[in-house]
Amino acid sequence: MKPQTMLDKLWARHVVVEERGDAPAVLYIDLHLVHEVTSPQAFSVLDEQGRKVHRPDRTIATLDHSTPTLPANDKGELPYATPEAKQQVETLIRNCETHGIQLYGLGDPHRGIVHVIGPELGATQPGMTIVCGDSHTSTHGAFGALAFGIGTTEVGHVLATQCVLQRKPKSMRVTFDGELSPGVGAKDMALAMIAKVGADGGQGYAIEFAGDAVRALSMEGRMTLCNMSIEAGARSGMVAPDDKTIAFLEGRERAPTGDGWKRAIDDWLSLPTDEGAVFDKEVRLEAAAISPMVTYGVSPDAAAPVSSKVPEISGEVARIAADYMQVHGGMAFSDIRVDRVFIGSCTNSRLSDLREAAHVFAGRKVSKGVIALVVPGSEEIKRAAEAEGLDKVFLSAGAEWREPGCSMCIAMNGDKGAPGELVVSTSNRNFMGRQGKGVRTMLASPATAAASAVEGRIADPRPYLEERKMANVV
Amino acid sequence: MSFEPFSKLRSRTIVLAQANIDTDQIIPARFLTTTTRKGLGGSAFYDWRFDDNGRAKNASVFNGVNPETYRILVAGSNFGCGSSREHAPWALSDFGFRAVVSSDIADIFKSNALKNGLLPVEVDDEMHNFLLEHPGADVLIDLEEEVIAVLGGGRSAPFSVEPFARRCLLDGVDPLGHLLNQSAAIEAYEKERA
Repeated sequence: MKPQTMLDKLWARHVVVEERGDAPAVLYIDLHLVHEVTSPQAFSVLDEQGRKVHRPDRTIATLDHSTPTLPANDKGELPYATPEAKQQVETLIRNCETHGIQLYGLGDPHRGIVHVIGPELGATQPGMTIVCGDSHTSTHGAFGALAFGIGTTEVGHVLATQCVLQRKPKSMRVTFDGELSPGVGAKDMALAMIAKVGADGGQGYAIEFAGDAVRALSMEGRMTLCNMSIEAGARSGMVAPDDKTIAFLEGRERAPTGDGWKRAIDDWLSLPTDEGAVFDKEVRLEAAAISPMVTYGVSPDAAAPVSSKVPEISGEVARIAADYMQVHGGMAFSDIRVDRVFIGSCTNSRLSDLREAAHVFAGRKVSKGVIALVVPGSEEIKRAAEAEGLDKVFLSAGAEWREPGCSMCIAMNGDKGAPGELVVSTSNRNFMGRQGKGVRTMLASPATAAASAVEGRIADPRPYLEERKMANVV
Repeated sequence: MSFEPFSKLRSRTIVLAQANIDTDQIIPARFLTTTTRKGLGGSAFYDWRFDDNGRAKNASVFNGVNPETYRILVAGSNFGCGSSREHAPWALSDFGFRAVVSSDIADIFKSNALKNGLLPVEVDDEMHNFLLEHPGADVLIDLEEEVIAVLGGGRSAPFSVEPFARRCLLDGVDPLGHLLNQSAAIEAYEKERA
């Protein structure tokens, strides 16, 4: 048999009706994740047509985008940004009740950002097809799943039939050879990759991330990398399952148990791309050549090493971006003043991200005049972080420690910057106005964001990380 | 769901020449708290059209434009990148657009647009550059023939739309019907896998 890519295997397992010239394939979806922003109109269509959700058991919902990250008041009322936000949350609660869908809602110990809780619950598993009305669904590919974002009409299709109509994407392998240098992480790999291929370089492809540096990443790091696939235009990114994947999932609430667990492991380990399989496109990066990265434009592909200077601006697109960002070619990143720092989002809000930031913050203060917001990705992460005292580290540094949610990544819950402010953000998009009207966003890793909060300027995190490492050795 | 079938469209163009226009520009996230898909045209490109006081910006290409006459949006490459929000095509359709033309249109936006009667047209660089340089051009888009032509200029270019989506657009139907017709195959698949 012809050697197959992981995409080939995942695709073949889920085809209900083969693709033809005049019709896409009917592709079965194992797991459908739902949140409050992109689902109400899908449920409305279902209700108008008198249809039921075909597989509520394959659907899970949570509240993350519109939810406040500040706690409820004495009366138990949450500080919603607008009455519409509250109504949107209530609409999902009602829709889940009506259709028998499990909702990890307000007050639930498992609530959190949809792409954080799927893996945390063990609902995200290798070999699955996973969709959600959210472009960062690519995150789940870190487990060896085919996971991609869909629109609301398709959310309706999945609710009604548990299937989507899709043509098979082309395959692209992004290989990170060698080893990362100290102080460099998955976020830097993602930004380096996007800078190399461009914001539309992955369009029409499913990416598989491979190479020694990817294998060396933790599951959290792999999620960060796959999360950013869409910023290169690819709807999905994936990493072959291995011992780390299995160790992460073992014992989780929705993971298989007993004999089922043993069978699952055998199955999962059969998923990786076969030796000799051919990809439609190959991209290679040298991991050792990557250093901490930061973006300087209004598209995630405008990224450069934090220790360098803003590259020369050429062309109309770059000029508009540079004007908006108030940067010019040759300007040292370390000369750019920071107003606000956001550590959170489905890209970088996991325990390892918070530890990385805390590492930098420990024994230091957020620079005067800088506002720093740390928002854990889920209730579970919040509890775990508090159990090891990370909240204390953030609070004593002068940062805010919030309730879980998407927060300033999409800035629709009231958490946002003021016009003109420069925000260093661990999220995924530096689009104009994304974090508030007129806000200038620079994307970076949790370590770089924390170091920038401490210095009040864009800062290289490596001196902070190395210093600690030496302290540990002593 | 259904919408007005699309066959031929003749209209003038509005041009936004920038590359990488993301869905946060098309409709800022603060307008996403809605629970309906109607009436989002007022929010389309809101921060490009209005200043902080909600007054129309003089410099905006949308200013004073009658959406009845300008139903084709021509944009720079990688249009519609970013978030999967279907609110983006809902807002553009409600504003009055029926087609978006670029050299390359982001996957999820394209898929969403096709399901809402908004035709994504990807053209070669030559046609793209011509349209970018000629705002207000009188353009005819023929979906049946998959041809876009600039009237009075003798210039035309082919484009292609995924055949199934094209059929749905020509007929003005949501593909849900097609999926529902596969219910026997879906149930058989579920039985076999269980």
